[in-house]
Amino acid sequence: MAARIQIPREARRGEVIEVRILIQHPMETGYRHDDVGHLIKRNVINVLSCRYDGVEVFRADLSSGISANPYVQFYTVAEASGDLEFTWADDEGERGSERQAIVVKG
Amino acid sequence: MRRAGIALAAAALAAGVAHAEKRAIPPGELKSGSAFVGSDLRALQNDDFANPGMLWVERGEKLWSEPAGRKKIACAGCHKVQSMRGVAAGYPKIDKASGKLVNLEGRINACRIDRLGAEPFRYESEEMLSITAYLARRSLGLPIKASIDGAARAHFEAGRTSYHLRRGQMNLSCAHCHDAQWGKRLLSETISQGHPNAYPAYRMEWQTMGSLERRLRACLSGIRAEMLPYGSQEYLDLELYLAWRAQGLPIETPGVRR
Amino acid sequence: MRRRDFLAGAVGALALPSAALAQADPVDPLVRALAGGAPLRKGRVTLVLPQLADNGNSVPIRITVESPMTPADHVKSIHLYSERNPVPNMANFYLGPRAGRAEINSRVRLAGSQRVTAVAKLSDGSFWYDAAPIVVTLSACLDES
Repeated sequence: MAARIQIPREARRGEVIEVRILIQHPMETGYRHDDVGHLIKRNVINVLSCRYDGVEVFRADLSSGISANPYVQFYTVAEASGDLEFTWADDEGERGSERQAIVVKG
Repeated sequence: MRRAGIALAAAALAAGVAHAEKRAIPPGELKSGSAFVGSDLRALQNDDFANPGMLWVERGEKLWSEPAGRKKIACAGCHKVQSMRGVAAGYPKIDKASGKLVNLEGRINACRIDRLGAEPFRYESEEMLSITAYLARRSLGLPIKASIDGAARAHFEAGRTSYHLRRGQMNLSCAHCHDAQWGKRLLSETISQGHPNAYPAYRMEWQTMGSLERRLRACLSGIRAEMLPYGSQEYLDLELYLAWRAQGLPIETPGVRR
Repeated sequence: MRRRDFLAGAVGALALPSAALAQADPVDPLVRALAGGAPLRKGRVTLVLPQLADNGNSVPIRITVESPMTPADHVKSIHLYSERNPVPNMANFYLGPRAGRAEINSRVRLAGSQRVTAVAKLSDGSFWYDAAPIVVTLSACLDES
């Protein structure tokens, strides 16, 4: 699954940084019908997790109420240089992940 | 005698200025579709990170470098990225080899079939939307400049006729809303001038990216008219007319629309 | 039948139709289950939504909670509810002291004009909420593309 992460490339230790993620996913609600009237099966990303150097610093339960191509923005404290790794899974068990490094000074 | 003389002079004058086509919306009053959406969608379009259309632009960038077809050549193999700036802004145009009017989708597929020995991309496929979004993005900020000279002239005129043709249960032409009533309300929405400068665009109603032709089909279904198949000559001619009509408007792809 | 019983029966019969007509609030029982008996207080949470949605498929929301976000005093989770969507619990966000700031931005789907509610659970076990109304209209034209 294609995804984009935006975090500052570097930050000062203790600084609160903005984290943004955008994932390409239809977030199929399960309430739509196709051209011939059949219900299109629900398939949404139901869990999204962010680990900073292996420690989970953010998690979200998502549902069909989140828009297609989900966008989430939250904050985390820049503690040490390392990787922010996102993982997510949808109703069909498809998993996705994306990581980005941050340099923390001071 | 004098009246006939004046009439002749007037006719001559008219014939002279007819070459400069009459525009329903003068160049100075052209407004992109982004002027007619709410401030939130406008902000989203301008957010280079959060604009959902950028997911397709990024994918297009990857596809551009992937070898494809029997000949295993990538687009990047022949085209340098810098040389693609301005290309999308000139479409649709007459293809020199075939003499036919082609849009960007047509040009991409002609390349795939002839140069790469690859299967063409379908309209609205992830690949087609990604590549056209990537190419249009390369022309970001550049003015639309489609030519209506030479062989394109007949297509321009066919497109103009199509634009002014009443159709569907509602018996409306494009001109009725987009020339005569732009800026006015249709339920809670404001009618735009109907320009193509932000396509392919991410439309909230579709919850995904879509081509200009998909938007034309959406309009047709909206006035309860029959939607033509993708790639129809009528759509191509209309695309040319719309490009002429929007001449000078900067490309904004990927647009974010309702 | 004694008069008192008859009157009681009549009042009961009158009360029933109006109770049936009153729309069951899908959010209330969910929020009560979340709070588990703890009081739900309005405040500290700010839910920002546009007054009028451009399109119900994608509405920007911002939820902010006043909190120092220290290990001793922080937001543990934020829960988002819709009163008209088929799935009332739209999303849950789990934070903690490493968040630094209790603010979430996202884009949601809203099935029609309604009130959206955001509930925050704090580390001291207290629950705070905010609610905001939004007008969501249908698209002007039918789109079968």
